[in-house]
Amino acid sequence: MEFRKVAVVGAGTIGIGVVTDLVLHGLSAVVVDISADILKRAQAEILNNVRVAPLLSRTLPRVTRDEAAQRMVLTTRLEDVASCDFVIENVTEDWAIKKPVYEQLERVTPPEVCFGANTSCLSITRIASVTRRPANVVGVHLMNPVHLMPTVEVIRGLHTSDAALDTLVALLSRLGKEAITVQDLPGFVSNRISHLFMNEAAFVLQDNLASAEQIDQIFKKCFGHKMGPLETADLIGLDTVMRSLDVLYDSFQDPKYRCCPLLRKLVHAGHLGRKSGKGFHTYPSA
Amino acid sequence: MREADIKQAVRQFISSAVRLPDLGDDDNLFESGIVNSLFAVQLMTFVEKTFGIEVEADDLDIENFKSLNATTHFVVRKNGHGAG
Repeated sequence: MEFRKVAVVGAGTIGIGVVTDLVLHGLSAVVVDISADILKRAQAEILNNVRVAPLLSRTLPRVTRDEAAQRMVLTTRLEDVASCDFVIENVTEDWAIKKPVYEQLERVTPPEVCFGANTSCLSITRIASVTRRPANVVGVHLMNPVHLMPTVEVIRGLHTSDAALDTLVALLSRLGKEAITVQDLPGFVSNRISHLFMNEAAFVLQDNLASAEQIDQIFKKCFGHKMGPLETADLIGLDTVMRSLDVLYDSFQDPKYRCCPLLRKLVHAGHLGRKSGKGFHTYPSA
Repeated sequence: MREADIKQAVRQFISSAVRLPDLGDDDNLFESGIVNSLFAVQLMTFVEKTFGIEVEADDLDIENFKSLNATTHFVVRKNGHGAG
């Protein structure tokens, strides 16, 4: 299948990464968010990502700022995605926000267009239930930073068709990514496990068992992880981690997913991790 | 700015990101896992703003930022001076 234009709904951290990846690989994107300010910031970040991509990866295509700018349209009107071949939705991980987006997407796009629901925890089957095309809804859990991560967790909802899965896998392949397809339960494989890990690291810090630096160093130096659990949480965004834990807690009704109070406190303090300059660690501004 | 001053400023910036009392001048920041590769972008932005350098497309190579010495030499090279 040829992908001429891909809709990216939601221009937060992941949406910005998705657009970066699309334009680096020569695809066009229609980027939707709720305000011109958000879109302006997203555009600046995407263009900067494209610029510095060679520093972070020797394999990504080199694209000029002008080429990248020409490949994206930024809009606050969801109906502008009507002519896209595929929709990747990345709005906030909150059912009250996602649900109306899908209801509106259902109205403004042709029924054959597939929706890639980019969620870290919400059930794909539940998302599909608010559309009239459940076979064309497939989960795509892209990791941050999207354009640097070679593998994606893909989720088959209860009604997802083979054709929809194949379409998504073809799109990911166009971006140089491999898909690992799993079944649909909240948190899937990655976040069901990783969020327990990050949450417990926060509890360890709260208990003063070790410093944030020590906790991360133990996983990097003893276990060979590229990043420690607290650094990973900072990279994802502590607000997103907290919301995902809340979704897991609500979904499984299992107290093991209760969010660490320290993690919640940092979110309320505005310490959201790398994106705000401070989370479990501090990130110097240049 | 003298090379020694450039190196000191770069060392201070790296130290503000990672507490590392024994950072050697040629220690590879990225291979050793001291920082992850995203730090390269922060370091590059710091260099641009602090030393008034424009990092061009051909300069965007991790080799230019892989260590304290590599970054210092890059700044000296771009500025065209650095005696002392």
